[in-house]
Amino acid sequence: MLAKRIIPCLDVTDGRVVKGVNFIDLIDAGDPVEIAKKYNDQGADELTFLDITASSDNRGLIIDIIERVAEQVFIPLTVGGGVREINDIRTLLNAGADKVSINTAAIHNPSLVSQASQKFGSQCIVVAIDAKKMNNHWEVFTHGGRNPTGINAVSWAKEMVNRGAGELLITSMDRDGTKSGFDNDLNSLISSEVDVPIIASGGVGNLDDLVNGILKGKADAVLAASIFHFGEFTIEEAKKHMRENFIEVR
Amino acid sequence: MIAIVDYGMGNLRSVYNAFRKVSPNLKVCVTSDQKIIQSADRIVFPGQGAMPDCMRELANKNLTETIINAAKNKPFLGICIGLQMLNDFSEEGGVSGLGIIPGQVRKFKTKNHFNKVPHMGWNEVYRKNNHFMWNGINNNERFYFVHSYFVQPKDQSISAAETIYEHPFCCAISKDNIFAVQFHPEKSSLAGLQLLKNFTRWSI
Repeated sequence: MLAKRIIPCLDVTDGRVVKGVNFIDLIDAGDPVEIAKKYNDQGADELTFLDITASSDNRGLIIDIIERVAEQVFIPLTVGGGVREINDIRTLLNAGADKVSINTAAIHNPSLVSQASQKFGSQCIVVAIDAKKMNNHWEVFTHGGRNPTGINAVSWAKEMVNRGAGELLITSMDRDGTKSGFDNDLNSLISSEVDVPIIASGGVGNLDDLVNGILKGKADAVLAASIFHFGEFTIEEAKKHMRENFIEVR
Repeated sequence: MIAIVDYGMGNLRSVYNAFRKVSPNLKVCVTSDQKIIQSADRIVFPGQGAMPDCMRELANKNLTETIINAAKNKPFLGICIGLQMLNDFSEEGGVSGLGIIPGQVRKFKTKNHFNKVPHMGWNEVYRKNNHFMWNGINNNERFYFVHSYFVQPKDQSISAAETIYEHPFCCAISKDNIFAVQFHPEKSSLAGLQLLKNFTRWSI
């Protein structure tokens, strides 16, 4: 049976892994290559790197990191953050990324997703959706949850899949960094509306949150950062806990 | 020398990196050069994206005949679309394949949202034979898959392994000098690296 995946996320800026609360107050969490190796050894199913570098000067650093990780870590690598055009995707894939995650650029230019999936194949195009709950629906936000777009998150998810997204990374802006669990209502709604796998993100505080992300949120994969970075839990512990809850894991 | 055939479809760096990791002293070339492919001891035939595009690009690089010839007599490893392209025909775009292995390529049909397409992630590989390529790999070991189409060989006896998704499907074939897999050994951690290491040592 296909296993549910656990994906540690590494937020990278200026060549270091960092962790913040709601995208601010960043704390240094270590060297990306060392952390990637550690998670791989612990049995991570994939790794996601999110480049949150603000200045364009240091953008090249992520390329160097991906190249170095890809020489040593033989599991799928996804890279996102600051991807604006076809050439950015090509550069990241050539550096060793297996999938590239597109967020804000998809909103400014939805045809980028169509072009990218045509050119490189749907299997390597992930669309990241940052959503916030508004009364009775969810709205897509950009820039780390600061800018509302007026777009309904569920219809946006469907459009992105129609344009060729091979996977969706759904982050709840209400939950991110709060350790209060995924927004399982949002995730299960999107998961039931699209055929492609979805990754739940934002809000993991304990191992039950991962279990609920799968069982209640109907996610195909769960992504978390801080519970792994600061050594609260290892990937092995997370998998053991999921197994105890009858979830198929590797 | 191992030639990893590069016809412009997708990133071959991870395949290259993985061979470097398992056999640091072995010469590995990522190449679209007919002569290098002809002179190589072993051929790796990968593929990413859509099969119609892969077939077209292979033809554009004048490599179709080169691959058909290379698949006749030396250790040959197909990966993902590289497995699918060996077949007669694919439902993807309704294109003909290389016709090296009699068989068809079919699309997964999801009846519900339980099984998503693409089939993406780590799934169990049940061996159907004791091929040299499986040395040091547990039966039921998980490998990393990402695909929407699967192969149906005409001759079931060439199936080297099965995986279950919606239904059991053939995820590896072995026939004479050819071994080809639907999953990505280069992304399948230790088990994948073991398979690639076996390929560097496989004598036909």
